[in-house]
Amino acid sequence: MQRPHVLQIQKTCDQEFIKRVERESGQQVSKCYQCGNCGASCGYTFDFDFPVNQIMRLVQLGQKETVLGSRSIWLCANCQACTTRCPCNIEVARVMEALRIMSVAEGVVSKKNILLFYDEFLELVRRYGRVFETGLVARYNIKALKPFTDADLGPQVLMKGKLALKPHKIKGLKAIEEIFKRFESHRGK
Amino acid sequence: MRIGVFICQCGTNIAGTVDTRAVAKKAMEFPDVVFAVDYMYTCSEPGQKEIQDAISSHRLQGVVVAACSPRMHEPTFRRAVKKAGINPYMFEQANIREHCSWIGTDREANTRKAIDMVRMSVEKLRRNQALFSTQVAVNKRVLVIGGGVAGIQAALDCSDGGLEVVMVEREPSIGGKMAKLDKTFPTIDCSSCILGPKMVDVAQKENIRLYAYSEVEAISGYIGNFKVDIRKKATYVDWNACTGCGECTQKCPSKKAFDHFNEGLGATTAINIPFPQAIPKKARIDSDYCRYLTGGKCRVCEKICPVKAIRFDMKDEIVTEEVGAIIVASGYDLFDARVYGEYGGGRYPDVISAMQYERILSASGPYGGHIRRPSDGREPKEIVFISCVGSRDISVDRPYCSGICCMYIAKQAIMTRDHIPDSNCYVSYMDIRAPGKGYDEFIRRAQEEYGVKYIRGRVGRIYPRGDRLVVQGADTLLGVQVEIEADLVVLATGVECSAGARPLAEKLRISYDQHGFYMESHPKLRPVETNTAGVFLAGVCQGPKDIPASVGQGSAAASKVQALFSRDTIETDPQVAHVNENMCIGCGKCEQVCPFGAIRMKTLRDGSRKSEVLETVCQGCGLCNATCPNKAIQLRHSTDDQILAEINTLFD
Repeated sequence: MQRPHVLQIQKTCDQEFIKRVERESGQQVSKCYQCGNCGASCGYTFDFDFPVNQIMRLVQLGQKETVLGSRSIWLCANCQACTTRCPCNIEVARVMEALRIMSVAEGVVSKKNILLFYDEFLELVRRYGRVFETGLVARYNIKALKPFTDADLGPQVLMKGKLALKPHKIKGLKAIEEIFKRFESHRGK
Repeated sequence: MRIGVFICQCGTNIAGTVDTRAVAKKAMEFPDVVFAVDYMYTCSEPGQKEIQDAISSHRLQGVVVAACSPRMHEPTFRRAVKKAGINPYMFEQANIREHCSWIGTDREANTRKAIDMVRMSVEKLRRNQALFSTQVAVNKRVLVIGGGVAGIQAALDCSDGGLEVVMVEREPSIGGKMAKLDKTFPTIDCSSCILGPKMVDVAQKENIRLYAYSEVEAISGYIGNFKVDIRKKATYVDWNACTGCGECTQKCPSKKAFDHFNEGLGATTAINIPFPQAIPKKARIDSDYCRYLTGGKCRVCEKICPVKAIRFDMKDEIVTEEVGAIIVASGYDLFDARVYGEYGGGRYPDVISAMQYERILSASGPYGGHIRRPSDGREPKEIVFISCVGSRDISVDRPYCSGICCMYIAKQAIMTRDHIPDSNCYVSYMDIRAPGKGYDEFIRRAQEEYGVKYIRGRVGRIYPRGDRLVVQGADTLLGVQVEIEADLVVLATGVECSAGARPLAEKLRISYDQHGFYMESHPKLRPVETNTAGVFLAGVCQGPKDIPASVGQGSAAASKVQALFSRDTIETDPQVAHVNENMCIGCGKCEQVCPFGAIRMKTLRDGSRKSEVLETVCQGCGLCNATCPNKAIQLRHSTDDQILAEINTLFD
């Protein structure tokens, strides 16, 4: 996402957005005093378009468009180092999670392949009750129209027994299906 | 009784949500009320005059003012009615501001409530009795608890004013935290050079009695007449005989004793004098490390001592002192950085606290003033200072700013660059708090003259790489992560209340906030008084502050004591418990519940047991009144009759 050149705060500050993030994450973002510890502890700051503390800052200023369209919220691995180290007891990772959900709902996900990955991941979970990595890689790569990405790594991981050739089903598939159905009906509402 | 009622509008504070005119009109219907009026500001000069005029023109015998909380203006109005010739206890104040107008917006309901509150006050006033205070003599001696810079200043000021001072210090020497500092900001003058003379003064003033290595055990009494039990902890050395020659410390074979003064860097001997400028300069045996006291064999110091001052059989001793006022300057502790596991304090020897670094910088410190790393003794070249360790952090329950760390870090960084010109100093900070005189200029000097690199962002973690430490932080101004390979990391540990603060507060019957800092009487207007009469505060025990502010408070507390002692007697509050001996059955329950020890039992000539109130000790809490099965003991000015009359009138 492009960094705004001039922050026209009166025009772009979306108060409703701030309230929604706070409601959906259960966190009070105004508690953040920008110490930077989340960004200091994050393992992915190097690849973020906005370090975590700047994401928090953008939320504080109601910059909905910039936040929801950012790469950072999708590169977040949810490792929760930010949550653990935050001196203000803000569960920063939950804020990131809420932003991802809102980003999908608003249809402004920064790269469509990210969403594709999530969808394929969940589809396999629904089918087998757990992730089938080989299948996931294949399906994702084909649908993303880049079938040979990381193909050179295949033999190595296969040799080490890290990838299964056949999917493995869990026992409680019915329960899994119910979870998905519940979610779908919930989202339908 | 002829009663006058005065309803205050308090500008719009009350009149905004209460129809004061209607309250005054209704008040005229209450029994005994002969005059009622509302007024813009009853507490103002003309407002008080209106009361006084009404007293003479309407021959009033009692006055009700419905206004703010009695905590604000009860003394004002009592004085006003007294001047007009009415006993000050023939006055009642109904709090229709804090208890009524401020808490609701429904004007009609508020007005009804205000009328009820005035009605209750009138009913109480009809049963009031004139009360008279008595005078008690003031014992013009003052106790100073704590011998840090705040306590020293308070003691010296009191001493200069000709007062007798008793000083109690927990550690073997006075001087407090300031004695441990190498330099002081923002002038970089030598800490012990400016504190030393004051410490010597304390020792030499004839009217200061110093109890070092002692603690306050118990306090009883009241303003003007406190009784204080002081526990003199066993030093195993007769301080009257000890000359502080230090022979014993040279020969003591137990050389691994924890060095409190040097913050555990290096070790000291079991018998030791904490530092060269110690006051009193006397030896003390650390019983945890003494070979004789732990193992039963040694007694080398006893043989060495030229004046035969060693007393292995010494026990703690309790002495009692009588004083008229108490200045509490009990100081603070520093945050334990081990709480932050990600910083590795206590785990990595080269991650140290700022106070430890202060000792390293000091010429009297463990390395003789040469900057070395604790791990291998090497001179560090890359030094990182991390601010706000245990400050402004609600995750460790320290939401407040310690107020001194920004400044002492700048000082330490400047000193480091001074000692080791080819070193690099980095300061990880969140915000710089430098509001004192010359303070911000000092921070600028650190950056501009001494080239200290300030990095805006907190540190996430510290981990070892080779014999160095990697500090992983952030520069939020750039929006990037920062990595520094450091030889030494100094954690700017924040201020927290002294470990003994809460128990001491309970002995003193003063209150403290959620973090253990003592509560002043008013945050702006009574900053060194407590809500317990005769007990004053100075220094960091009241809240984080730097040396100039601590010294200022020390002097302020001393001047409060001098003002108190400028009178020979003080007035007692007559609102105390009183026993009706005809009804007292001598059960002694009141004596058991009294928190102030103000009740004792006596035997009359006919042999019957009766309780008796020591009026100067009684604080008027009313516990005895509530406990007495026969209602023989009554709290004056809040008797059962009065309280029941107030309640009954609500249901009439």
